[in-house]
Amino acid sequence: MAGEKEIRSKIASVKNMQKITSAMEKVAASKIRKAQIQMEASRPYAERIRRVIGHLSHANPDYKHPYLTEREVKRVGYIIISTDRGLCGGLNVNLFKQVIGEMAKWQEQNVQVDLALVGAKAVQFFRRIGGNVLGSATHLGDKPAINDLLGSIKVMLDAYEEGRIDRLYLVNNEFVSAMSQKPVVTTLLPVSQIDLGDESLQDHWDYIYEPDAGELLDDVLMRYIESQVYRGTVENFASEMAAKMVAMKSATDNAGEIIDNLQLKYNKARQAAITQEISEIVGGAAAVSG
Amino acid sequence: MATINVDIVSAEGEIFSGEARMVYAPAQMGEVGIAPRHAPLLSALNPGEVRIEGTDGKEQGFYITGGMLEVQPHQVTILADTALRGDQLDEAAALAAKQDAEAALKGASGETDLRRAQAELAEAEARFRATQKLKGKR
Repeated sequence: MAGEKEIRSKIASVKNMQKITSAMEKVAASKIRKAQIQMEASRPYAERIRRVIGHLSHANPDYKHPYLTEREVKRVGYIIISTDRGLCGGLNVNLFKQVIGEMAKWQEQNVQVDLALVGAKAVQFFRRIGGNVLGSATHLGDKPAINDLLGSIKVMLDAYEEGRIDRLYLVNNEFVSAMSQKPVVTTLLPVSQIDLGDESLQDHWDYIYEPDAGELLDDVLMRYIESQVYRGTVENFASEMAAKMVAMKSATDNAGEIIDNLQLKYNKARQAAITQEISEIVGGAAAVSG
Repeated sequence: MATINVDIVSAEGEIFSGEARMVYAPAQMGEVGIAPRHAPLLSALNPGEVRIEGTDGKEQGFYITGGMLEVQPHQVTILADTALRGDQLDEAAALAAKQDAEAALKGASGETDLRRAQAELAEAEARFRATQKLKGKR
């Protein structure tokens, strides 16, 4: 049996680890709340912009923007949003599994895949297994800014406009609840028909456009895609924090169990030592008196 | 007095929401002033100041880096950009993203090794599951 001292120091080190994991759990829990607020905050913009796109494409049906037209698929693009840091359970693994599954499907159809990566974990992963990566953005911090994403989005939009890719997908973790997150793949391009269900479109009024409707549509569509990717990033961040909270909670619980076990071991070792001592004394006394 | 509802939103959050008597915005074709019951208008915005004359007559200013302006008779919506935009700036951002990727993935193959990826993920998943199980057993 291990010595008392070793067990004691082991208990101390596990206790330290437990302190760290429980602190991380609490930090993650408070960040979920903030991330959720951020998610909510991005919603009105997306809704507004959808409405404007609806109006615009309704106003000039002759103008066929490439973002709105379906073409034959020869090559596809994926924007993959992962986390920057680990210790968040199976979050990234599940996401990558989804992506790899999709890529395998495209490969069967002889369709090539281009990637844009957000988050250090995705970059690490694809560096190991290879992939045609056009752009990346990492270390976005706790409050992802749209500014940091623009480059990677632009790279993919350019590829689409130049016909190098025929479809663009976004992959991120959806924040279902604090306990559950699941990877989702959304089609960014071509923009699926935006249905407004708005009575006002049947009316005869139209906007005054400055400068002209076509140019405005370009601008609005680009911002729409960007806001989608931003939403995905924020949602993925909320998912990361939720997954981290759960992972750290189970780590803290595990540490508690390990400490209990070690404590038991320690008590036994202590008992054994005392018993041994007594029997030695008794034995010694018996030898003297005998 | 008639008022008009104003919302200024950016992708990262709501900036302003409230009633106003008058709104001034830096539209691409020159500054526009919007009073209640303005005709529907859609315009791109230049970087500049959006001024809102509140119901109490006080003016409030917001600096925006560009965006879109949507006007309906009783509703003004400003979709503000969160970053300075422009062809050159966008190009620069795209280039930076490309270089980031090149630097980070230096030496990696352009072909995805799907088999290896699947094997690695399966292993990671198994490891994750094992730790989950461990917890139940003890």
